[in-house]
Amino acid sequence: MADEDIPVIARFDVRRRSYLAPDGRILRKPPDFVADIQSLVSLYRAMMLTRTFDLKAVSLQRTGRLGTYAVSLGQEAVSVGVASAMRHEDVLLPSYRDNGTLLWRGVEMEEILLYWGGDERGSLSSGPAHDFPFCVPVGSQAPHAAGVAYAFKFRKEPRVAVCLLGDGATSKGDVYEAMNFAGVQRLPLVFVVNNNQWAISVPLKLQTASETLAQKAIAAGFRGEQVDGNDVIAVRDAVEEAISGARNGNGPCLIEALTYRLGDHTTADDAARYRPPEEVQARWKEEPIARLRAYLVSQKAWGKAEEEQLLAECQQRVEAAVERYLATGPRAPETMFDHLYAELPSTYTWQRDELKGDSSHA
Amino acid sequence: MPEVTLVEAVTLALARAMEEDPSVVVFGEDVGVNGGVFRATAGLQQRFGPQRVMDTPLSELLISGLCVGMAAQGLRPVGEIQFMGFLYPCIDQLVNHASRLRNRTQGRLSCPMVLRTPCGAGIRAPEHHSESTEAMLAHIPGLRVVIPSSPERAYGLLLAAIRDPDPVIFLEPTRLYRSAKGEVEDNGEALPLDTAFVLREGRDLTLISWGAMLKETLAAADELAADDIRAEVIDLATVKPYDEETILASVAKTGRCVIVHEAARTGGLGGEIAALIAERGLTSLLAPIARVTGYDTIIPLPRLEQYYMPTVGRIVAAARRVATFA
Repeated sequence: MADEDIPVIARFDVRRRSYLAPDGRILRKPPDFVADIQSLVSLYRAMMLTRTFDLKAVSLQRTGRLGTYAVSLGQEAVSVGVASAMRHEDVLLPSYRDNGTLLWRGVEMEEILLYWGGDERGSLSSGPAHDFPFCVPVGSQAPHAAGVAYAFKFRKEPRVAVCLLGDGATSKGDVYEAMNFAGVQRLPLVFVVNNNQWAISVPLKLQTASETLAQKAIAAGFRGEQVDGNDVIAVRDAVEEAISGARNGNGPCLIEALTYRLGDHTTADDAARYRPPEEVQARWKEEPIARLRAYLVSQKAWGKAEEEQLLAECQQRVEAAVERYLATGPRAPETMFDHLYAELPSTYTWQRDELKGDSSHA
Repeated sequence: MPEVTLVEAVTLALARAMEEDPSVVVFGEDVGVNGGVFRATAGLQQRFGPQRVMDTPLSELLISGLCVGMAAQGLRPVGEIQFMGFLYPCIDQLVNHASRLRNRTQGRLSCPMVLRTPCGAGIRAPEHHSESTEAMLAHIPGLRVVIPSSPERAYGLLLAAIRDPDPVIFLEPTRLYRSAKGEVEDNGEALPLDTAFVLREGRDLTLISWGAMLKETLAAADELAADDIRAEVIDLATVKPYDEETILASVAKTGRCVIVHEAARTGGLGGEIAALIAERGLTSLLAPIARVTGYDTIIPLPRLEQYYMPTVGRIVAAARRVATFA
């Protein structure tokens, strides 16, 4: 059908950034921060802590001490890479699987456990005061991110909103509406799409016919790029560049991080129902932690002793957090009214009083 | 004092709020250069600039979500949805986020936002432009839902809504935008939220309504007065949370009550108010409560809309039945 006389009026390309091969080899000249091997050790430690924490959370759920939990197994490089590229004063708008990002930003492990353990106090959060809590309705935090970024631009503050989404979220209008507005207003907003290939049981090919999710940014008028999401160096580098651009007034950016959900969607899910174990096994060969470890070992920056010490340290930190979580006392039931409004309207005070005086639950 | 229309009172309140608080930001579709399809934001962009009076893309969900993000960042967003029939994409944001941001962060973040939208039938507007679905919004815990019925209350309640630390849905009856005129002193004084207004005192019967229906309700009260039936007329104004005490005090005095709303009957707020009176005011009732409401139909296109909306005649008939019940 293409008529050669009809001119092409636009062309777009999407790049994919990666530095570390699955076996830990360096593929191309890495960014400058890699020269500081301790910065990579920090990333490695954070990924290990995230995984230790995640696995412990699953075991807590399995033993009846935690509610439904969304494990981030295999996606630690995205979580940690993004967090390491942000400044404290930037604002994070996470999805419900971004445990590593929250931990890096100072949220306590017992707070995450409290949240999934069914207690709103878990979202009170020791993290940065303006970070948003986990967003459960998929993609619905994207318009908030645009509002936050608009506030930064409005006040001329050099801050950036970072919105974490999954591949499923890119099918939602919320996300496109937010991206479209971010493009129009050139907002300091970075979208990171954690493309773990599965939205519960729906594989990417049923989610979209797009070759990439990064290209969705192009329709909104800004740059989209893919990174190897199992390569923490690539994630950090790409997100840092995007954040720095946004901070300097160059507008939004979308980073699609290609990774894989090695775990179930949540503890309420059984992925064996819909995806073959061979696929998962094959993907284990690409997971981010072994990859960075191989690189650190090749650089003589890491060895068996360090690994053992780190494992013990992670276990100890997680166990201590679990103890604090389990020791958290119950909330008075009537506190469910405490933060409904700044001040509870007098119309509803009797309901609170009734609950307070109700002994039928005892 | 100058006499203004209801829509001019809205503009006055927006301008006053923006003047006194630099964190107030107004946005929506066509609110900027065009000044809004009803001119509610007329002149504001010229006065306060395009950053504070911003035209958004045609994205209602976005407008409501922007409110949440801006509010969490300390701005005072006032979003406009062009018609209530286009509000529905915002429901997810209102239910899942705006109404519960404070609670889910235990007060760490809050959501002082206002979402304004014109509501109601009676202006011969196209399909989807005549909605009265306030009960749907009033069912959402954590929200406030306010509907003014006069220029004075539009001014005072909108100022209160913008200054309120929690999310407020502000419904503006299109039918009153230009037909309701009144004296408004632009003095920055807010009227109280969560408070009903007794527009007329009476001993025989309580008429409860809100929004544009107050026009018919007051006319009905006039007609009843000619027969020496003295109706007390209450403007609920804030329909969520609504002022139970003013209702109960009035019914305790009159023993008879008619609730009038334009919205469809089933699941409408009339049922809620009737239940309140049944629970807490039954012993003072001298007659069954009556509801005069829109029918349980789709709001018809303009040729039939006047048959849908409660009329003075329907209100008077119901009021006479209730007033003379023995």
